[in-house]
Order: sequence, then structure tokens, then C-alpha cells
Amino acid sequence: MRALIFVEHSNGVVSENAFEMLLLAKSIGAECHGLICTGDAGAAQALGTQLTGFDAVSAVADPTVGHYNPEAVLIALKAAVETQAPDVVMTSYSTAGVDLAAGLAVRSERPMLGYVTDLELNSGGLSATSQVYGGKLTAKTDLPLPAVTTVMPGARKAGSLSGAAPAVTMLKPDLSGARTRVREIITPDNSSGVNLGNADMIFCVGRALGGTEKLPLAEALAAALKAELAGSRPVIDAGWLPKIRQVGKSGTKVKPKLYLMAGVSGAPEHLEGMESSELIIAINSDEQAPIFRKAHYGTACDMFQLIPALTERLNSGNS
Amino acid sequence: MHIAVILRLNPVLTDELELTEGGKDIDREWIGFELNPMDDQALEQSVLLKEAHGAKVTAIAAEAEGGERLLRTALARGVDDVLLISNKKDDDAPPPSSRARTPLLVEAIKQVKPDLVITGILSTDDLYGELAPQLAACLNWPQASAVSDVRLDGMVLTVRQEYAGGMAALIEMDLPAVIGLQTAASPPRYVAGSKLRDLLNTKVPEMEASAEFAEDLSEATTLNLPDTSGGAEMIEGDAKSVAARIHEILMERGLV
Ligand SMILES: Cc1cc2nc3c(=O)[nH]c(=O)nc-3n(C[C@H](O)[C@H](O)[C@H](O)COP(=O)(O)OP(=O)(O)OC[C@H]3O[C@@H](n4cnc5c(N)ncnc54)[C@H](O)[C@@H]3O)c2cc1C
Repeated sequence: MRALIFVEHSNGVVSENAFEMLLLAKSIGAECHGLICTGDAGAAQALGTQLTGFDAVSAVADPTVGHYNPEAVLIALKAAVETQAPDVVMTSYSTAGVDLAAGLAVRSERPMLGYVTDLELNSGGLSATSQVYGGKLTAKTDLPLPAVTTVMPGARKAGSLSGAAPAVTMLKPDLSGARTRVREIITPDNSSGVNLGNADMIFCVGRALGGTEKLPLAEALAAALKAELAGSRPVIDAGWLPKIRQVGKSGTKVKPKLYLMAGVSGAPEHLEGMESSELIIAINSDEQAPIFRKAHYGTACDMFQLIPALTERLNSGNS
Repeated sequence: MHIAVILRLNPVLTDELELTEGGKDIDREWIGFELNPMDDQALEQSVLLKEAHGAKVTAIAAEAEGGERLLRTALARGVDDVLLISNKKDDDAPPPSSRARTPLLVEAIKQVKPDLVITGILSTDDLYGELAPQLAACLNWPQASAVSDVRLDGMVLTVRQEYAGGMAALIEMDLPAVIGLQTAASPPRYVAGSKLRDLLNTKVPEMEASAEFAEDLSEATTLNLPDTSGGAEMIEGDAKSVAARIHEILMERGLV
């Protein structure tokens, strides 16, 4: 069994997801190959030295992929798959993983499964567990090999394996056909001084908030708790709160002492940003909401009744 | 400039989900269906591009049920044309997956001949790693997912692609291209019920695709309701008593 893991990195550091996928691949006894795409050979070598526990590492070093370029990286990944013939290709469920995995599957005529949380060996290939319907259901699939997967962040606890990092072998696929160019890298705007990543107490509201007219209710509870107010992605997309207050996959990852949340379903992309909070209390009127599988305490009480009641309780209790 | 926007219906996830016997599908009998929220963003972005650049927009759907209503909503929202791909299946079979439907959508796209295809990045029932990259691979067009801003300049498209931690990049692509949209430049617009009623009798053009459904893993997949034991300790009662209990928990932990 051979696994090819697409290794993501940022600012010269390999992402945790690569090691999570490594542990998952090792758990099915796979020989693990890593693929790095980066702008030059020096960067490839420096990233390669971080890949302890991998059995082999190859790299594409080309200015076209100096920053992630969806089309050029897909060409590179496909070339690596052709030379290494892995049984299973693993990408993380990240932007790059979404771009690459399904495209690779179609182009290499392999079956593809997304949102994988676990893999086990079975007679014909692999048995895969994945999350669907916003985390409300799991799916179990007999996955014939060779195949492509995207693996959920957190599928395994990242920890590096001992041993030396393997030498990096350079691949030189022809990337000249790419019709896609990276023009500008945008870093988050931190000028407002909000830093959810450092907050001890967070109160997060979800789509159920319904609009800015209800925002004062949420602000009052956040103030009573001395907590930072945060939002799920739909709250930010609707413009009810600024982007800097978004928790989750495409927002900030947080680890506060208290994460109180109301009207947030607990989709995997939200959980990714907050599931290691020390205490999670969820308010959600749907008893089947996935958040109740992660929260420590939960209530199916209507948030529009509970938020003012809790604010009042805290204000009278604190005074 | 011609834009095709692909729209899909999704189960309303706040409804209680139950499974059919054998777990091959969700029980669709009592559950509501809505325009996939991310396709809703894709629809809005397409109409915004139409308004800014005079582009023509065609909305395409391949739903066995509810497709006509879905496409009439798209007309009410400002698209110019719609196309429903007939998608007849046996009554008992689960609706075909994104993977299965891709060849039919590709055939429709080849007929419509757009310069740009936009669809939502995610559909929560999709086990096969999403539609946009599959379409792009079949069409051999460039593709970007997790897009939150789209600008057009002649035949060059610039999108903002989002990554973890609030990072993003502006990516330029030659058209034709496919994008998996996350967020439109402004929230989906409201359509008055009267506008929808006016369109009630509008004929929705259908196309009979000659392509076959692609093979997928649906036969090899069973769905399960996850084990909820070990989850949250649920606090029961009215708002006042729940508030009192939460306050108590916070005090026990020295958080207030
Ligand atoms: C690539 C990618 C990146 C993403 N990144 C992020 C991210 O960073 N952060 C993020 O949050 N999401 C992210 N998402 C979106 C994610 O998939 C979900 O769509 C989103 O988290 C849902 O937000 P929500 O829980 O607020 O809304 P919903 O899922 O609509 O949930 C609303 C909840 O409110 C409950 N509710 C309704 N009324 C009440 C009431 N009166 N009282 C109490 N509860 C009520 C409902 O039961 C429901 O569970 C991303 C998606 C993709 C594809």
C-alpha cells in the first residue's frame, strides 16, 4: 500500500494537516510519500527536512507554484501520481484539497471520496468513514483502489514521527500550459486590534441571528461575559460582523477558556476553528445539530429567549 | 460574456434527518429542500457580473424534482435564460450524486457555450469532493474554489481565493474557466413573492442529455446517524432556569 500525501505549507512551515494525514496513512500500513510544491529548490529542501516520518519526499520547485496555483499544482500532482502510482492520494480538506482532489480523480479516472475522517483496510481496498450533510450524518464507503481522498483536519492528532526526514527527489513536470496566474497575496487585516486567537472568552453567533437588528442582544451578552463577540461564516458573509471576527476554517482558529455559541449548527468547517476550546456551551434549537456532539454542555432553548435571560442573570450576578 | 450558473437543491439541514431502510439515502418524504446556500451565492454573483458587465447569465439545473421552481426563482433573481436537464430516475433510487450528474452537466455546458461557469463551492450531500473541480477537469478548463470575489476584464478573470487563517490570493485565469464560489460580493437579493407568482406559468426549457450518469460509489456507501452518546450534557428547562444553570457552570469554573 502506498499513499501520496500532498503537503501544504505556509511561511516555510509544513502544515499540521500533513502530519495528520501521515498518521492516518501509517494506520493502514501505507508507505508514505509526500509531495511538496514550492518556488525554488532551497525552499523545497528546507520543507523536506521537516517531513520526519515520511518514507519518501518529492518536490516540484518552480516559480509558477511559488504560491499555491490551483491549475499548475494540479498538473504537478498528476505528474507525481503518474510516476509514483500510489494506491491512495491524500489531500487535506482545505482550499487546495477541494481544488485538487476531485480534479485529479476525474483526470486520473480514480474514484474519489471527500471529508474522510477515518480509513481502515478491508479485503478489496479501504473502508472509509466520511462526514456529510454538514456533519449531521456519517458515510461508510468501501473504497476501491487506487483512489483519491480529502481528509478532514483533525482526523488524527498531529504528532511527528521519529526518524530522519527522507531526501527530497526533484520532479520537473511541464507547468507551462497553466492558464492560471497568482497576482497578489492578501494577508488578513488586523488593524482593528481584535484578536480572537488570544481571547479567553468568546461568544459566537450563527446564521440564526437573522440580521443586525438582533446584534445588540448578542453584544449585551458578550459585554456581560467580558467575552469577544464572534460569528460563523454566514454571519460574516452577510456583513453582520467584520471578517476579523470569523471563527473556523477560513477564519481564525481559537482556543478560549469559554466558547459559548448560539444558533451555530456545528458544521465541520466551523468546528475546525474552535473544537479545542476548553469549555464549549452550545445553544441550538435543533437537538440533532452536530454541535451537540462536540459541546460539553448544550441546550435546545430558543436563543432569543436565552440570550437576554443569561445577560440579565450575569449582570445581576456580577453586580 | 456568457455565464452559466449551476444550481442544486439541498435538504434543509435544520430539519430532522432520517435514513431510508438500509441507509442508502436520507428519507426525502418529509424533509424540506432549498437552493443550496452556496449556489445561492453563485447565483447572486452571476447576476452581479451581469449588472456590472452586461453579461448574459444562464442558470442550469439537473434536478428530478423541484428543478422548474428552482429555475423560476433564478429568473426572478435576474438570470436571462434557464435550462433544466431531464433527470429521470426510478422512483425508489436516491437522486444521482454530483459525480453521477457531471457528464450531463458537461453536456449542457457544451450546449450553452458559456465563457464562465459558476457554482457553489460546497453542497452538503456531496461525498465526491465537489462539483466545480469535476466540471473543470471534464472540460479541461482552469478552476478555482473557495472564491469570494470575481472580477472580469475582457477574457481575463480575477478571483479572490481564500485559505485558512484569513489568508487569500488574487488569482488570474484565462477564460473559459470554472469557479466554486463561497461568497458573492453582496448577500443574495430578496425576491418578492409576487415576482415569483408572475413567473409561475413560464415554461422552463428542458434538455434530454445523451450522456449517461457517471459511475460513483453510491452502491458501496451507507449513511449513518452518528452516535450521540458522549456528546454534550443537555440542560433542560425554560430560558430562565437554563440561564441560571449556565451561570452556575461558569461560576464553578471561575469564568465569571
Ligand atoms: C471551504 C469552506 C470554508 C468554510 N469556512 C468556514 C468558517 O471559517 N467558519 C464557519 O463558521 N463556516 C465556514 N464554512 C461554512 C460552513 O460549511 C457552514 O455553512 C457554516 O458554518 C454554517 O454556519 P451556521 O452554523 O451559523 O449556520 P447554519 O448551519 O444555518 O446553522 C444555524 C443553526 O441555528 C439553529 N437555530 C435556528 N434558530 C434558532 C433559535 N431560535 N435558537 C437557537 N438555535 C437556532 C439551527 O438549528 C441551526 O443549527 C466554510 C465552508 C467551506 C466550504
